[in-house]
Amino acid sequence: MLEIKELITKVNEKSILNGVNLNIKAGEVHAIMGPNGSGKSTLANVLSGKNGYQISGSIKFNGEDLTEVSIEERAQKGIFLAFQYPLEIPGVNTNNFLKTSLNTVRKARGEKELDTLTFLKLVKEKSSELGIDEKFLSRQLNVGFSGGEKKKNEILQMKLLEPKLSVLDETDSGLDIDALRIVADGVNSSKTKNNAFLIITHYQRLLDYIKPDFVHVLSKGRIVKTGNSELGEELEKSGYANLQ
Amino acid sequence: MKTQKDINTNQEYKYGFSTDIENIRSPRGLNEDTIKFISNIKKEPKWMLEWRLKAFNRLKVLKEPNWQKPKYPKINYQDLYYYSAPKSASEKPKSLDDVDPKLIETYKKLGIPLTEQKRLTGVAVDAVFDSVSVATTFKDELTKKGIIFCSISEAIIEHPDLVKKYIGSVIPISDHYFATLNSAVFTDGSFVYIPPNVKCPMELSTYFRINASETGQFERTLIIADKGSYVSYLEGCTAPMRDENQLHAANVELIALDDAEIKYSTVQNWYPGDKNGVGGIYNFVTKRGACRGKNSKISWTQVETGSAITWKYPSCILQGDNSVGEFYSIAITNNHQKADTGTKMIHLGKNTKSKIISKGISAGSADNTYRGLVDINEKAKNSRNYTQCDSLLMGNKCGAHTVPYIKNKNSSSTIEHEATTTKINEEQLFYCNQRGLNQEEAVSLIVNGFCKEVLQQLPMEFAVEAQKLVAISLEGSVG
Repeated sequence: MLEIKELITKVNEKSILNGVNLNIKAGEVHAIMGPNGSGKSTLANVLSGKNGYQISGSIKFNGEDLTEVSIEERAQKGIFLAFQYPLEIPGVNTNNFLKTSLNTVRKARGEKELDTLTFLKLVKEKSSELGIDEKFLSRQLNVGFSGGEKKKNEILQMKLLEPKLSVLDETDSGLDIDALRIVADGVNSSKTKNNAFLIITHYQRLLDYIKPDFVHVLSKGRIVKTGNSELGEELEKSGYANLQ
Repeated sequence: MKTQKDINTNQEYKYGFSTDIENIRSPRGLNEDTIKFISNIKKEPKWMLEWRLKAFNRLKVLKEPNWQKPKYPKINYQDLYYYSAPKSASEKPKSLDDVDPKLIETYKKLGIPLTEQKRLTGVAVDAVFDSVSVATTFKDELTKKGIIFCSISEAIIEHPDLVKKYIGSVIPISDHYFATLNSAVFTDGSFVYIPPNVKCPMELSTYFRINASETGQFERTLIIADKGSYVSYLEGCTAPMRDENQLHAANVELIALDDAEIKYSTVQNWYPGDKNGVGGIYNFVTKRGACRGKNSKISWTQVETGSAITWKYPSCILQGDNSVGEFYSIAITNNHQKADTGTKMIHLGKNTKSKIISKGISAGSADNTYRGLVDINEKAKNSRNYTQCDSLLMGNKCGAHTVPYIKNKNSSSTIEHEATTTKINEEQLFYCNQRGLNQEEAVSLIVNGFCKEVLQQLPMEFAVEAQKLVAISLEGSVG
């Protein structure tokens, strides 16, 4: 599904990623771990098409080269990024935002747009699955949400949009144990043989709930080690220092 | 009729067509004969003509104000036409059937429910085409409640006592250059009278359209809400695209007596000029409301998206004790548009309250100024004002300015002023893009969110239109 080859990324001539290679197949869950400044969030941003990076190497999504594909087209093709710091947009109703987003993506997939009633039914269903209080759906988007609520809102959007590839950028940071479980349940219940997940995290903690098929260690802009879920546990004990 | 040269460089302005219709025009230029021509063609009584001439005499000694931020080339007032009307309307239409079908067609294109078949929309419309009022819908239904809703020309003839009593009572004929000019040459506009204790059952609406070229539009609106009454009034405006600048200098006077409430909403979408700043309307308007009675309330809501230059301060004179004035404004300027707009809240009575919410949005090379006055008189004990001015900037070439004047002669009053200036946030745009929205959809969403407090003041059906207009006005401004 996703093929990254020799990805080099610079910001203002400063190298951040120094030749990343990564293959993700449908049905797989990959975790990327690594210390601060290793380039984890940059990788997530580059995958989503964010501007401001000089890029070489190639990123292919379902065989298509993404180099010239805009952020929204990537989103419409099924790449979803759960933000580390979800943005507040004052004055915009959360439900309204979710509906606009869902219908844009549905339209791009050649599906019928949902009317308000059908949408509300769907969002109610999905939010109750995640144990999300419906009340926050009528509030302004992420405005005054707690850290946990913002992250839960990201997972709700992921469930609504049904992306092919979900990239979770440190979704676990700052979450209490209950919120962490909600996020993990959200991922586990969305897993099918047709989609894939790339989970970016500092800690093993989230991986206690979401069992990854592969764990990669990113250090100084390179994947320095790849293993199975046991690698995460090992890192938790010994830290990153030994790997550099 | 002169052939019009329309410019088509601005594809976004969908109201830019002109209607080829035969016109009757006053002689060119500003002089007594022109004023007499207007008064005569409207069959006005003598007092009205005298009133106009008094204003004209006053005008001779007045100078155009020059303190505003957007400057403009000198207007040659002798080069303008002051009256232009479709020929077919010079004989007053008795019913909609008598109205020129081309006019009806024009209004259809503009989406105005001129025919009563569309009564379900619940909006009574008075439509002003260049200088004359074309038709007023729902007249019968309103008449039953004693509500008068007609063109000002008709009111001058049919309801002279009311007009005489109130016209110029809020905006005196000597007020300032453009207001005085309007008093001398105003051509048409709307008149509303709501009798005591009547709640007007529908939104009243006027639609203004400038069609003819080289013509100024000087409309005059007068709304009186008698004791305990309520009315909500909406005006909309469009004009064809032309490469000349056209002057629109309207006067609007509102009077609210004891316990009465007037809600006045404007969606202004005059032609803004093309991308290079050629053409567009000079929208120099004087709007003022008097809360004359105790517990009265006047609320202005404006969505200003059009015009080359918008220069207006819808104001409230809070005379009655416990009266309330509100001003909600969205001013959007794109390309080379300029706006200098805001309000004046004059607190005279005790316990008077005012609230100002202003949202200014600048994009392209545009310049947007909020200018407002809160003036609390010594007798206005325990009065309060709350002002919030937010500016949103898009790009690096535009400007936003906030100029609040506060005069307070009273120690028991409370005045609050909050102001913010923000640039549209790249991260917010990225977030929306990542959820599948393209740049324009994302901008529209964020800007509509920014304007929400004002948009929700508009009557439902217009709020939807205004939201779309906000999006269209900013097309191509990011990315």
